[in-house]
Amino acid sequence: MSANITAVVDPITPKDAVRESVTRKLLRDPQALIAGSILLVIVVLGVGSPWFASHDPNAASLDAVNAPVGTPGYLLGGDQSGRDILSRLLLSIPTSLFTAVIGVSVAVIIGVTFGLIGGYSRKTVQTSTEWVFSLIQTFPGLLLLIVLVPLTGGDYRITMAIFGVLLAPGLYRIVRNQVLSVKNELYVDAARVSGVPDSRILGRHILFVVRSPIIIAAAFLAGACIGIQAGLAFLGLGSTLVPSFGAMISDAFANFYTDPLQLVWPSALLGLLTASLVLLGNSLRDALEGARPKSGSASSRGTTRQAPQNTAPSVALLDVRDLAIAYPGPDGKPREVVSYVSFTVGAGETVGLVGESGSGKTQTAFSVLGVLPREAIVTRGSIQLGGLELLDLSEKDKRAVRGRRIAYIPQEPMSNLDPSFTIGQQLVEGIRCAVPGLSRREARATMMGLLERVGITDPDRVFSSYPHQISGGMAQRVLIAGAVATRPEVLIADEPTTALDVTVQAEILDLIRELQAEMGMAVLLVTHNFGVVADICSRIVVMQSGRVVEEGDVRDVFASPTDPYTQDLLSSILDEGTVRLDPPRTPEPVEAQK
Amino acid sequence: MLLYVARRLAFGLILALLVTMITYGLLSFSFDSVARTLAGTNASAETIDGIKSQNGFDLPLPVQYFQWLGGIFQGDFGYSLYSGEEVGNAIGVRLTVTLSVVVLALLITVCVSVVLGLLAAARGGVIDRIVQVVIMTGYVFPALLIAIALVYIFAINLRWLPATGYTTITSDPGDWLRSVILPAIVLSIGGIANLTSQIRGAMTDELRKDYVRTLRTRGVPVSSILIKHALRNAAGPALTVLSLEFVAMFGGALIIERVFALPGFGVYSFAAATSGDIPVVLALTVFSVMLVITVNLVTDILNGWLNPKARLV
Repeated sequence: MSANITAVVDPITPKDAVRESVTRKLLRDPQALIAGSILLVIVVLGVGSPWFASHDPNAASLDAVNAPVGTPGYLLGGDQSGRDILSRLLLSIPTSLFTAVIGVSVAVIIGVTFGLIGGYSRKTVQTSTEWVFSLIQTFPGLLLLIVLVPLTGGDYRITMAIFGVLLAPGLYRIVRNQVLSVKNELYVDAARVSGVPDSRILGRHILFVVRSPIIIAAAFLAGACIGIQAGLAFLGLGSTLVPSFGAMISDAFANFYTDPLQLVWPSALLGLLTASLVLLGNSLRDALEGARPKSGSASSRGTTRQAPQNTAPSVALLDVRDLAIAYPGPDGKPREVVSYVSFTVGAGETVGLVGESGSGKTQTAFSVLGVLPREAIVTRGSIQLGGLELLDLSEKDKRAVRGRRIAYIPQEPMSNLDPSFTIGQQLVEGIRCAVPGLSRREARATMMGLLERVGITDPDRVFSSYPHQISGGMAQRVLIAGAVATRPEVLIADEPTTALDVTVQAEILDLIRELQAEMGMAVLLVTHNFGVVADICSRIVVMQSGRVVEEGDVRDVFASPTDPYTQDLLSSILDEGTVRLDPPRTPEPVEAQK
Repeated sequence: MLLYVARRLAFGLILALLVTMITYGLLSFSFDSVARTLAGTNASAETIDGIKSQNGFDLPLPVQYFQWLGGIFQGDFGYSLYSGEEVGNAIGVRLTVTLSVVVLALLITVCVSVVLGLLAAARGGVIDRIVQVVIMTGYVFPALLIAIALVYIFAINLRWLPATGYTTITSDPGDWLRSVILPAIVLSIGGIANLTSQIRGAMTDELRKDYVRTLRTRGVPVSSILIKHALRNAAGPALTVLSLEFVAMFGGALIIERVFALPGFGVYSFAAATSGDIPVVLALTVFSVMLVITVNLVTDILNGWLNPKARLV
């Protein structure tokens, strides 16, 4: 219940508290500070330009033709028509600023209005706005601006207004997606139910949520507008009497061999202006949305791992000792999610690795498979398979173990198949990687046989199907077939039945049990379900908060659990009167999604 | 699939009709002033009227439009009001120049973006940060400035490449490449920024997906996971970005061609539009609409081929 209450609370209050720190974040970010200051200076120069400029931008004087820098009265010299470069430069700033303001306002007004409408309204309206905006987006923008010159007369203000329309689809998309994602949030529902009119919901609740992406996009669009306007003015579009960077660059470009320095001033100011806008936009993004997801650092490489304390020779098939796994925390320091985990799995044995979400059981399983996310670091311990230290293996040697000696059945069958390849292609690739030298034909024959073995009645059809064309239960059978194709010594099954229908669950467990008996595999079954453990496991390892709290024979543990946590877990099952069936899938712990 | 293509083409045709109709309507406002310009400053009212009727400007607008449209369907785009050139022909010649730059720019964009995006997503760390700086650099400076800087460095200072001008590929492939490589690089910079960040993001997402882990547990080599599986799944949205880039590059070519003095589509369009050369402007509209339709159609077909779920739509 408490979860519902927090979800209904409008996020405005907490976000206001966040805003405080956004300003502080920006002030601490050197990029934002530098870009912001440059921008401020340019804006001040632009606003004050009518007073700062000593000459009329179009006043030509014969004395000033190509005057060098430092000529009295012409600080930056004169251009080839004898106009004061500094004055023209200063007076070009307002042109650029107007450009940005017009283009961005038009884009924001259109994009945001229709984004709100498109996201919030019925399907038919949504389809038509979507259609119109993808149409706008496909237009060759610059070309359209040019083609319309006979109508606009090249006036940069009208041109930029049209350009704003062309930029609107980007904002429309941003707003629409945000609206779609918050539309069904509980607080919006709550507002709707309590009779708040739609217009107010949109204006107050939804617009508030989308403001930061809009601000960020606006900064980038302002840069784009200024760049495009400069380009058009460079081409000679519009009145020659309007001073602008583009026109100055064009004049200087024509005059390049006489005085290349004339090209430097407008180029530098234009570059500074757009660069500071874009960089400020980038800093704003970091400050408002948090840094974008980093694609993992390479920190796990080269970190030294402590050896386990217990150095006795391993006798079990799979021997995990003192395993510790850490992830970099928000402060960059490693934070352990698994500590001192030790257990063994004997040949042909079935061991249940049990614990609630976040207990570290999946992380432990992944470390045995050697498929931890890249940012994870194994800080301590050892994992031995038949005396071979898996943690010391190179990626190449690990590949030889994975698939051939250790296999894996995942939790969610659908997401574990590549949507772009047929079942057959994926199975054949898998077995051919595990068994080098196997021909395509042999691989196909083997997999066909296995598909039949795992209970698929029409293997031919399934073989040539894409994952989205088969059911979840079927997909899980396919994944099992893929896992046991090489008769592995150890099969690691991570909640293999959790995502399936209740009727299919028992069949899949039976299948795993049968295959185990047939192939003599050891099975490490990761689960939170004591019913499943009771059903097929002989031994149980109970984990809580990254540690093993109890390990033993299933019957012993069930009869007389020694650890209070295990006792709690078991008694909660007994309270329900029976061994529980699987609840709907709970989201994986945060650590697994890192 | 054939039905799908046919439907998309029909839709494109309707779109083209609509757009040309609107353009025709909008342009009709300038017919008078164009006729006056053509007649010269001191022309009598009769001369102006004569020019109007000669060009059909005096007919009712729908009649004009359908006459023009009838010509288009026979491949007749009319003649330039100023140079008297056959418009279809003239555009064709310019189009090859622009297309050769744009296609080269597109190739550069794809190659660089795939490599950078893949590296950033797969390696992370320092490489990822470097790639992000590259992406930002692409956003930071307007193409115009980059063009001028490249001309200055490579053509004027180092004299490695010609600063301006165009050689056809048939007359000398080497000179052709030298004449289009700089403009193509300039055009590709914005595209590289967009496409790299798209691929980097999509690849990062893909590599976190469950199927990637399962493939790893089967002993599938990293290279195959990256290129065969993850990149393929990330390619759909990247293709859409690429198609938008293609269209944007056609626009961007306008400015670039001017810097490099290439006799392309952009320079031609600009001259026609500013002088009010109506048949040329209309033909340009037709060409660009058809271009957009073709690019979108090709994108959709490729997307269908990449994504089995979209195939049966």
